[in-house]
Amino acid sequence: MNHIFQKDISGCGLVGIINQKKEKFSGKIIKRAICLMNERGNGLGAGFAAYGIYEVLKDFYAIHMMFNSAKSVKDTEELFERYLHIEKREPIPHRPLEAIRNYPALYRYFVIPKRADIEASMYELDDDDFIVRVVMKVNSEIDGAYVFSSGKNMGVFKGVGHPSDIAEFYRIDEYEGYMWTAHTRFPTNTPGWWGGAHPFNILDWSIVHNGEISSYGINKRYLEMFGYRLTLLTDTEVVAYLLDLLVRKHGIDIKHACIALTPPFWKDIDEMESDEKELMTAIRMVYGSAVLNGPFAIIFTYSMGMVGLNDRIKLRPLVAAKKGSFTYIASEEAAIREICPSPDVIWHPKAGEPVIAEFIN
Amino acid sequence: MFPSLVTPLFRVTVNHDKCIRCRRCIQQCGWGVYRYSEKDNKIIPDEEKCTACGRCMVYCPADALLVEKHPMALRENANWQPYHLRNIWKQAETGGVLLTGMGNNLPYPVIWDHLLIDACQVTNPAIDPLREPMELRTYLGRKPDNIQISKNNGRYTLTVKIPPQIRLEAPFIFAPMSYGALSLNAQKAMAIAARETGIVMGIGEGGLHEDLYPFRDHLIIQVASGRFGVHPDYLNAGVAVEIKIGQGAKPGIGGHLPGEKIPHEISKTRMIPVGTDALSPAPQHDIYSIEDLRQLIYAIKEATAYKPVSVKIAAVHNVAAIASGIVRAGADIIYIDGFRGGTGAAPTIIRDHLGIPIEIALAVVDERLRQEGLRNQVSIIAAGSIRSSADAAKAIALGADAVALGTAALIAMGCHVCMHCHTGNCSWGITTQRPELTQRLDPEVFGRRLANLIRAWSRELKEILGALGINSIESLRGNRERLRGLGLDAQTLNILGVKPAGL
Repeated sequence: MNHIFQKDISGCGLVGIINQKKEKFSGKIIKRAICLMNERGNGLGAGFAAYGIYEVLKDFYAIHMMFNSAKSVKDTEELFERYLHIEKREPIPHRPLEAIRNYPALYRYFVIPKRADIEASMYELDDDDFIVRVVMKVNSEIDGAYVFSSGKNMGVFKGVGHPSDIAEFYRIDEYEGYMWTAHTRFPTNTPGWWGGAHPFNILDWSIVHNGEISSYGINKRYLEMFGYRLTLLTDTEVVAYLLDLLVRKHGIDIKHACIALTPPFWKDIDEMESDEKELMTAIRMVYGSAVLNGPFAIIFTYSMGMVGLNDRIKLRPLVAAKKGSFTYIASEEAAIREICPSPDVIWHPKAGEPVIAEFIN
Repeated sequence: MFPSLVTPLFRVTVNHDKCIRCRRCIQQCGWGVYRYSEKDNKIIPDEEKCTACGRCMVYCPADALLVEKHPMALRENANWQPYHLRNIWKQAETGGVLLTGMGNNLPYPVIWDHLLIDACQVTNPAIDPLREPMELRTYLGRKPDNIQISKNNGRYTLTVKIPPQIRLEAPFIFAPMSYGALSLNAQKAMAIAARETGIVMGIGEGGLHEDLYPFRDHLIIQVASGRFGVHPDYLNAGVAVEIKIGQGAKPGIGGHLPGEKIPHEISKTRMIPVGTDALSPAPQHDIYSIEDLRQLIYAIKEATAYKPVSVKIAAVHNVAAIASGIVRAGADIIYIDGFRGGTGAAPTIIRDHLGIPIEIALAVVDERLRQEGLRNQVSIIAAGSIRSSADAAKAIALGADAVALGTAALIAMGCHVCMHCHTGNCSWGITTQRPELTQRLDPEVFGRRLANLIRAWSRELKEILGALGINSIESLRGNRERLRGLGLDAQTLNILGVKPAGL
């Protein structure tokens, strides 16, 4: 019954900020930018991803959990005990708010894989694959438990509410990071599920997304062929997993991974020089099922930096700007100008052409 | 002599007031229905011979002919259908296996007609194919699971080359139909259209006439159980080689081209003596199991500098496991022919009762290959009654890389699906070798019409993609989320991997 799922549809606003020298800045800044785009959300989902916030425990995977029941906590912790060494376990700090009344139990665990007494199929995995497998197990097998963040030295904070409320709730202003993304959401159907908000995350990949992946059906089936289990009922998830597959597992550089997701048109490939033509043709042949089609603007962040990407004919807005060692990407120019009134350069990236801002060593 | 009990199916009426006695009907009809009576100065039809091929009506300059369903009544019976009665009468009179041509015409449910395609509204914009690029280009062949790129002096290059592929400008091919089953002119028309539209044609197992060698970039060479006309130049005369194991219309059944249909030209291309029967055994006698298939695949690859090898099978109950084995045996393309696929000649009982629909076969093969992580290694061609661009779009959404047009291509050349291909008397010059009939099929004219058909379906596919809000065919391929079932039972929906309309 794997084909029976309900796809989530939404419009949205996005912001991403990176300091390429890894100089940290407060979550207050991105909060201002995302809150400016109030029109782009309807209070049914918002979230933040922050990189560089867990310096002290940076060697441990920070697992952020949502729990709906005491049983789901117990089941999850049993599973964790079996597979993971837990360095630290604590509630995710949050403050009570009038606007946010119903929320799941929120905990974070700082973990590394435990190699003793586990099945051989897990034993042979490298750390990242190991953690992915554990995340998939929790999300697909334990009712009421959901991993919404699993990277190192980074964390996702998200829920059902306006971005200002979600920021307040998670005390976003108290974190300092060198890279942030934020999202506000306008879903057309409202499961009212905290896990359904953005950013989506796996390991240190996180994605904020405005749009609809019309190719979702085949992207999902393609990923399943490589062992990914798609559990979130939303199309954003495929973007995160596709990047994980292409960059981490297939070892493709980020630029070409983006090209695989939004490849040039054949009419342009036909005009290219032989080497490039051969490479682009191969990418399209091999990764046809990974092509993201339909209207979208996404910002994804990972340990190396931040990337903004539009669909092949730019059906959703995306603006980028630079100022010193900062790069900004947002749905609207106004959101950037709110926090950076006079950028060195500001531009509208072309359809399908990624904006890549990596950290400078 | 006792009269035959088999009564005519069609009534042929000549309007003698309109008739100008030009006798063109006599000349046009391949079945010998018409004769001229000097005594009466009238055209006299023998309607028992009529197949309703439509040729006489199209070509009568006076519009004086009418072929209609014969009104002779049989008492209605939901169990004993007229065809049961007719078949029993024929067999009682002849003692033979009844033969037929074309695809299964029994009223089995057509699943295509129970699948509906999605469209965009509000949350995702539709794309106008007249204003925006819309891509149908398709490559058939084995792809690796990932690419490997290296960077030298700031330039990125591909380090591991992709194996040879068949490039199609639209996800269509002409289904393999042999020279022998078809006239040379019919094959030439398809070759001309394939070249004009950037697609390919299968050539069937009758060897390759020398006139078709110039079309090598648009041919898939076939090796079947009869091994007719197979030699090294032949194997290398196309872009790929297809091993034919089975055919949807007659799974498990070989072929038999009677000696009367082996004149000089066909004898030359098939490399058999004039007038001998061309027998294609049911199995390939060097393939009695999957490991034998592997040997043949690699023997062909060795002989062709590793061109793609396609394996054509009929859709049978266990098709998913068979397909998986074929991929593991080294095939680069699997051609699946559903039980409605056409034939030049097959026992009626086989055609009408063996095999399964292409919709089901395609769905289970695509799904099984994904479960086994093999789907990248092979392309799937779906065949067996693709009647329109909508059928093609649905097939692609179920998981096909491309679809094959057999009957549809013949219809473009005039065929009225009279189902008498096996008689060799085709009035349209398609499934006949009688020179007076074949010469009426002008390859240039019908090549143009076939190209028009491919262009028309391509445009329609682009319209469908645009409505779906996607701009390349690979985003439809296997995207079952964009299909919904209407009036299909839960089990069938599950097998198809398609949600019911409303979900």
